[in-house]
Amino acid sequence: MLLARLYERDRGGAWLLGGLLLAAVLVPLLNLAVPEDSPFHLSTYTVTLLGKYLCFALLALALDLVWGYCGILSLGHGAFFALGGYAMGMYLMRQIGERGVYGHPVLPDFMVFLNWQELPWYWYGFDMFWFAVLMVMLVPGLLAFVFGWLAFRSRVTGVYLSIITQALTFALMLAFFRNEMGFGGNNGLTDFKDILGFSLQADGTRVALFLASAVMLALAYLACRFIVRSRLGRVVVAIRDAEDRTRFVGYQVERFKLWLFVFSAVLAGIAGALYVPQVGIINPSEFSPLNSIELVIWVAIGGRGTLYGAVLGAILVNYAKTYFTAALPELWLFALGALFVLVTIFLPRGLVGLLQRRRKPDKPPPADTAGETRAGEGVP
Amino acid sequence: MTGAHAAFRRLTLGLFLLAGLCLSSAAVQASVQATGDFAAAVQALDAKRFADKARAIEALAATGHERSAVILRAMLDGRLYYRKRDRRVVIAERLEKGFRISDAVTGEPLGEVGKRKVKKISINNKLRKQLRATLARLSLSHRDPRVRRQSVQEMLATVSAAAVPTLERALARETDEEVAELLRTALALAALDSPDREERLRALRVLEGNIQPEVGNRIRRLLERDSDAAVQAAAQRALTAIESKLKFYEFLETLFFGLSMGSVLLLAAIGLAITFGVMGVINMAHGELIMLGAYTTYLVQLLMPNHLELSLLVAIPAAFLVSGLFGIAIERGVIRFLYGRPLETLLATFGISLLLQQLVRTTISAQNVTVANPQWLSGSLEINAALSLTYNRLYILCFALLVFAALLLILKKTSLGLQVRAVSQNRAMARALGIRSGWVDAMTFGLGSGIAGVAGVALSQLTNVGPNMGQAYIIDSFMVVVFGGVGNLWGTLVGAFTLGVVNKFLEPWAGAVLAKILVLVFIILFIQKRPRGLFPQKGRSAES
Repeated sequence: MLLARLYERDRGGAWLLGGLLLAAVLVPLLNLAVPEDSPFHLSTYTVTLLGKYLCFALLALALDLVWGYCGILSLGHGAFFALGGYAMGMYLMRQIGERGVYGHPVLPDFMVFLNWQELPWYWYGFDMFWFAVLMVMLVPGLLAFVFGWLAFRSRVTGVYLSIITQALTFALMLAFFRNEMGFGGNNGLTDFKDILGFSLQADGTRVALFLASAVMLALAYLACRFIVRSRLGRVVVAIRDAEDRTRFVGYQVERFKLWLFVFSAVLAGIAGALYVPQVGIINPSEFSPLNSIELVIWVAIGGRGTLYGAVLGAILVNYAKTYFTAALPELWLFALGALFVLVTIFLPRGLVGLLQRRRKPDKPPPADTAGETRAGEGVP
Repeated sequence: MTGAHAAFRRLTLGLFLLAGLCLSSAAVQASVQATGDFAAAVQALDAKRFADKARAIEALAATGHERSAVILRAMLDGRLYYRKRDRRVVIAERLEKGFRISDAVTGEPLGEVGKRKVKKISINNKLRKQLRATLARLSLSHRDPRVRRQSVQEMLATVSAAAVPTLERALARETDEEVAELLRTALALAALDSPDREERLRALRVLEGNIQPEVGNRIRRLLERDSDAAVQAAAQRALTAIESKLKFYEFLETLFFGLSMGSVLLLAAIGLAITFGVMGVINMAHGELIMLGAYTTYLVQLLMPNHLELSLLVAIPAAFLVSGLFGIAIERGVIRFLYGRPLETLLATFGISLLLQQLVRTTISAQNVTVANPQWLSGSLEINAALSLTYNRLYILCFALLVFAALLLILKKTSLGLQVRAVSQNRAMARALGIRSGWVDAMTFGLGSGIAGVAGVALSQLTNVGPNMGQAYIIDSFMVVVFGGVGNLWGTLVGAFTLGVVNKFLEPWAGAVLAKILVLVFIILFIQKRPRGLFPQKGRSAES
């Protein structure tokens, strides 16, 4: 059927969707239906962990869309993720209602603590789920639109763009650390109680959130796949490989880039919104430049420009991270650092590239012209 | 707490000074001048009755002998004793058991004695007051102008009409212009309380634009209680002049802080300007090379704990070598394979930065380490009462400019510099002319990294040294290079100082964090407007 048809054209994608389908069936069964003492029982902790990986995978997918297909290496995608997370966090905060430590009917705890008298205007509306969902997409999208419009219009490309996106997320981090911003400062938003009336601690809610992440990832994959297969996708790839040539041919390069960037930011925002209820906290450290750059390495390890590779990379690296930080905490940063170096030198096309090379050994890797190259800089 | 304490001390000191002046009755003075003998005056300190001691103190002060201040100070501190054997007055230093004594009159050491052999010359509170006052008066005629200045400064807060004769006498024989100026200020302050209206007006004219903090306070107090219209107007005028002057010095101070921050940015960014600007290599590990330089300083200080003053001078070349060698290793081991792929270089060097951080964390410590500041870097250069520049910032400002000049010389005047510029402009052509471009790359990268290490030495004197310190500078340094214009050292200089100064001027009204955010936002907007920075490199390529 659909999967089989997809398999003929996009094997990796078919494997990914198949895997997601399998997980979506097995995980709820093993968690809810299998009794707790059975060896096949999946603990709720694991379910949440898997859900978290899926959110990261969605984020990686968003980055791969702009980096792998359009050559925009954003070092600030963590900012869109965190903004989406904050929008969801604000909804969850309002849902606490009178159950907070101070029991104030409207104000969240940290505002009572800071002696605020009334809700800041930008917190209005977040008691409604639909509004929060709208904001989850609108806020990152709007920021990406303004930022991208400014950047692409004046033809900021390559490493310059990377560095100013990094400055963007850094500035946002500093801003969110301030108590006066009204987003909980240092501690961020936490202590959530329930979502849409269901308790966040319940197994059922956790499984539902996992399923939502899986469905969202699958939908996002199909959407991205549709975009890159369309005519628009082909223009985007042309921009990646030769931006000026595409411009001279007559395409309005800025518009394509902007559109793609905004779409990617919205995806990142959705990933953040799914992430926050599962981990139960959002704080300004999510904006830290390190997070954004770690995200880049997920995509690089999986193999950029393939979409499913990004998903694979995100899940693998995060699984390794969970394992290492528990077993050998000192080694994790060594391992991560080494991954950055080794992957860029030896695996320019990631794990997916490695698999493909095995199958087709004589296919040359595509030239990387994603960044700017100045005259005479290439080494033979 | 301490401020209030110091103010109280100054107040009491002034009061006692006046008490002392009144006490010096003519009779006592005459009697001592008759004996005229310093030694006798010292001996008289060992009197039975406090009243006699008081007279002896006056007599001693009146001799004008240079040791009298030392003796009175010892008496005040309870270090003045007499030897029971011959009733000789001695200054004693308490040891484990017994005392080490020296003759009060001559200062000649008299060896160590047991506890029972000497007896303290006791004083009471009244004498204590008198001693303090006498000491202050003596210090007004001290030989060292710094001591004189200090004592006038302390008098400013409480000076009143009673002190005028002493001050006038001091002014008449004062040779140091600075102290004389302070004395005139003190006299004018005293005249502010004068019942004579003309006197007050004259005093206000003298005080106009005087930025001693006391002057402002006293004039403000005068404004509150004086009802005379002319005096009011004059006081207001004097105050306005003072405030505008203070504002000016505040501006200068902010400017200095801005330049100081700019010099730090310059040091951090200048190595990057070479690797990023000249070679087109994004080195995210640049911050960690700075960190290595700071840690080299720490290690050098550990290795030579007895020569702290010299340690920085040793650390500068050491840090240059350490960071430079690390840089060359990074270039040869990783970056070499990634030329022409800037985004990949960015990622790989970021990995290296993680590795270096973790290396320091595991080999040295995850905590911050303390790097000592040598004596010659502490303290500050006092320009006037409102403006003082700390030496460490001043030196680092000069040092940054020096490094900049050295780098400029290397690039413009040496053969390595020529080759670097040739390779950066046209690699293929340079190679065709016989330049070993690989070697030039390694050397350039080593140079940029070595300068990062030198920056680390300077930064270790200003901020905490820890494994994460590099990350604090990496984004700022990139901003400086991008803002100034890539491939242009002068742009980096202008960029660093502009950003530093702008940041410091924003801070007072926006707060440190918001100022930083505003500057970042400004740069992001600036890059939109001028994507190639302030001083763009001129080229023909459509790509750039």
